[in-house]
Amino acid sequence: MSIFQLSITELAQGLRDGEFSSVELTKNYLERIKQHPELNCFVTLTEDHALSAANLADQRLANGTAEILTGIPIAQKDIFCTLGVKTTCGSKMLDNFIAPYNATVVEKLNASGAVMLGKLNMDEFAMGSSNENSYYGPVKNPWNTQTVPGGSSGGSAAAVAARLIVATTGTDTGGSIRQPAAFCGITGLKPTYGRVSRYGMIAYASSLDQGGPMARSAEDAAILLQSMAGFDPKDSTSANTPVPDYRADLNKPLDGLKIGLPKEFFTADLNSDIAATLEKAINEFTKLGATITDVSMPNLQMAIPAYYIIAPAECSANLSRFDGVRYGYRCANPANLADLYTRSRGEAFGTEVKRRILIGTYALSAGYYDAYYLKAQKVRRLISDDFKKALAEVDVLMGPVTPSTAFDLNEKSNDPIQMYLSDIYTIAINLAGVPAMSIPAGFVDNMPVGLQIIGNFFAEDRLLNIAHQFQQVTDWHQRTPKGFE
Amino acid sequence: MEYSTEQDWEIVIGLEIHTQLATQSKIFSGASTQYGAEPNTQACAVDLGLPGVLPVLNEEAVSMAIKFGLAIDAEIAPYSVFARKNYFYPDLPKGYQISQMDLPIVGKGHLDIDVDGVTKRVGITRAHLEEDAGKSLHEDFHGLTGIDLNRAGTPLLEIVSEPDMRSAKEAVAYMRKIHELVRYLGISDGNMQEGSFRCDANVSVRPKGQQEFGTRTEIKNINSFRFIEKAINFEVERHIEIIEGGGRIVQETRLYDADKDQTRSMRSKEEANDYRYFPDPDLLPVLIDSELLASIKANLPELPTAKKQRFKDQYLLDDESATILTSSRDLADYFETVVAKSGAEAKLCANWVTGEVIAALNKNGIEITEAPISPDRLGGLLLRINDNTISGKIAKQVFETMWQEPGGADEIIASKGLQQITDTGAIEAIIDQIIADNPDQVAQYRSGKDKVFSFFVGQAMKQTQGKASPAEVNKMLKAKLQ
Amino acid sequence: MSLCNDDVNKIAHLARLAIDPQDVDQYTQNLSSILDLIAQMNTLDTDQVKPMAHPLDQIQRLRPDLVTEVDQRELFQAIAPQIEAGLYLVPKVIE
Repeated sequence: MSIFQLSITELAQGLRDGEFSSVELTKNYLERIKQHPELNCFVTLTEDHALSAANLADQRLANGTAEILTGIPIAQKDIFCTLGVKTTCGSKMLDNFIAPYNATVVEKLNASGAVMLGKLNMDEFAMGSSNENSYYGPVKNPWNTQTVPGGSSGGSAAAVAARLIVATTGTDTGGSIRQPAAFCGITGLKPTYGRVSRYGMIAYASSLDQGGPMARSAEDAAILLQSMAGFDPKDSTSANTPVPDYRADLNKPLDGLKIGLPKEFFTADLNSDIAATLEKAINEFTKLGATITDVSMPNLQMAIPAYYIIAPAECSANLSRFDGVRYGYRCANPANLADLYTRSRGEAFGTEVKRRILIGTYALSAGYYDAYYLKAQKVRRLISDDFKKALAEVDVLMGPVTPSTAFDLNEKSNDPIQMYLSDIYTIAINLAGVPAMSIPAGFVDNMPVGLQIIGNFFAEDRLLNIAHQFQQVTDWHQRTPKGFE
Repeated sequence: MEYSTEQDWEIVIGLEIHTQLATQSKIFSGASTQYGAEPNTQACAVDLGLPGVLPVLNEEAVSMAIKFGLAIDAEIAPYSVFARKNYFYPDLPKGYQISQMDLPIVGKGHLDIDVDGVTKRVGITRAHLEEDAGKSLHEDFHGLTGIDLNRAGTPLLEIVSEPDMRSAKEAVAYMRKIHELVRYLGISDGNMQEGSFRCDANVSVRPKGQQEFGTRTEIKNINSFRFIEKAINFEVERHIEIIEGGGRIVQETRLYDADKDQTRSMRSKEEANDYRYFPDPDLLPVLIDSELLASIKANLPELPTAKKQRFKDQYLLDDESATILTSSRDLADYFETVVAKSGAEAKLCANWVTGEVIAALNKNGIEITEAPISPDRLGGLLLRINDNTISGKIAKQVFETMWQEPGGADEIIASKGLQQITDTGAIEAIIDQIIADNPDQVAQYRSGKDKVFSFFVGQAMKQTQGKASPAEVNKMLKAKLQ
Repeated sequence: MSLCNDDVNKIAHLARLAIDPQDVDQYTQNLSSILDLIAQMNTLDTDQVKPMAHPLDQIQRLRPDLVTEVDQRELFQAIAPQIEAGLYLVPKVIE
């Protein structure tokens, strides 16, 4: 089998058996990435960094201090600050931004010995569901390059799907890990809010943002999450909760697992072929010993309205620091201070980012706060309560990730509402803060379909176990797009 | 120009005082708060608002705010929240200031001030924690402004008063009282030159007897007691002049120009602000439990009012001396060390500290902590008055020497031979000689002219260079002249 | 809820965003339809509901008052648009 099809465990074994060195592996992957510029997955390739990290990894492998990720090629979503490396967040605003520090996630993965090959394309400031909002151009879906890979972690998902990289990091504010994972047929996990440090992860909506792993399998995702997760004193919202061994329970049988199906997820809005595909997938779980119950979460349909107040409000403030004074884009020849601000921001932010800043600014402005922001926070509580109630009755919830398979490039880029509605099944999870996964569950018209598994707070180990068991009896996650085998 | 202020207008003043808290590190980052560093050398990634950075709250800033709250009898919020105040300004790196809006850490409290012998209670609406901004430097950059972010993120306590003050004098008294209090509590150095303590004044006037407030203006960033009085007085006159001239006050922010002694409208604040406050999602609610509160309370230093009462009770001081001595914690500590060291009567010590010491400080323009005579040294001097080694007059001489030179009182007394003459034989010989040399005055005295007595005392002191005990001289003269 | 171009210009000014006059119509239209979508919230009765600012019921952790940062001015100012004598330069600020 091609080394590009090997899992992290297999690669780690190969490195230890001397079948290849980390430097060889790194060079091979770099070569492969360069062969596929058409996907536009990478904003920056960090060859020199990668080769010196691979060298170090080989030394650790030789002297017995290697961990499982040591020497494994990965890539970071370009939202994570990487010391000495351009960190753009997909924006013209940060096209010249060489980050002067490392995000905690980057520190942790570096410490584990993982070899970062580059920075991955994304929707500007993580705002988007198609990766068409990147200053660096859209990423193409390797299953069909006429379609989008999803967003905002589109580069992360497409690179894993095309086997350009073993695993990647992503971030998820309203579905930005799970939706591209579903569109590209890979495994993505959005952890519990607070599980993975947000320090150095450029903020979009602080109370919703969460970093997580994107990989081919649940097992690989478990390995990556093991390194990413944990308490960080630099992040006030980081959870001081012990991190379990995510691989320990992967093989636990699913006997007695109680799965809830929110009826609000399975309505006419869901493409019927996808519904049928998901039904088959869920059937697999009953074969594995799970029982299925219907649950109702009446406030789910309010998730999009609430989200499009809360996220823009937070982003309107989070993005104020981009003012052309200390770093980032500055307009040419500002006439005065006001001109410096308005033109630097006006010229460097893309349309969708501006739209969300405007919505958020409006929602927080005098006279509207109660009607919009406060109302949305109350709706958020109702949605969160729905999850708490449902997850008290069942172990996990299952449903679709997306209402359709990957849509065409340019299909929704001029219609923000249609674009927003493509996150209808993922957004509520961020509002509640619970963890959720997207795993490959089949195909409709040769395009991947994702199954969403939603768990209770800090139940990432349970989600990974359930996903892994499914992946033992199915091979959807092994399928590789044509031309990338 | 004459205004009818006294008769027709009531002045209404509320103050917002910003006091920097004396923490080692900033409120949300581990950068130093030390004043005077090279520009931007104490601005870390968090202070610069780099993409991706996050704030973590400094525990000392929280306990300092609590201390203040306890000292003004305020309710300490068990649950307090930080909010973002959004506005663009180059010295505000994130484009928002982390502050508090709905749930400030310190709730309603009060403080008593004394003006012209009358005690008045001023309400304090709230006090909240926030981060300071950086500084804009306007000179020497070929028409550009330079930004130094060292100050950005320094913890501030903003203390908001009720509009309870009715004169510039009351405002000054309140500001001084707060200044004294934060220094007493050790939560701020109160250094006004360095901007550690500054004040915004909200000023309005209304016809006497009217219930509703007049339109107010806000004078920003006043950093001296003298300026606040002048700025308020100017602004009050301006308001009255406008209203009496048939005009209307425009609600606006103004700056006080000390050189011209006038206020002017701030161009940068011309447009109405819409700060779009909302809870900062990067920070979580602060919970203050009763245990923390109790431990801070237990370690609270003695406050000015309590200290003043104790000085009156314990040292039997009059109100004026007690007020002066407790006007700062350093002065009060100085006084108590002098008392302990000298073993002299507290009244004597108080007279020395409020008299000689304060006069010398004022003359030299220095603070009590910088006084060249330590309380131990002064105690040593007063000890020698107390045991009759020297007279009070000689002590003043010694004091002046001590102010200039090192060395204890005893050394100086010995080296200059200033001890009181205790040898009664020597004094007697001198007195006998004076009586012999001045027969006319002796005759006058004996014929009933009592006033001449002081002539003999003066002669005796002159001839002993002040070293004779005045009591002894008096006694002996009286006996000899009979 | 429908916005007019004037509203959009006002919000854009508050957010310090230069918007091309020719694009204002488009923004107005898009923002209005987003606000319509958001208005669906109003069908829920939330009078008795406590607002939720954070997904977890956590409280703020406090940091010991220690200086942990060192001077990194050179590194930080290497990416600055305009500096002089250690200061960030901007067009003249008028107070």
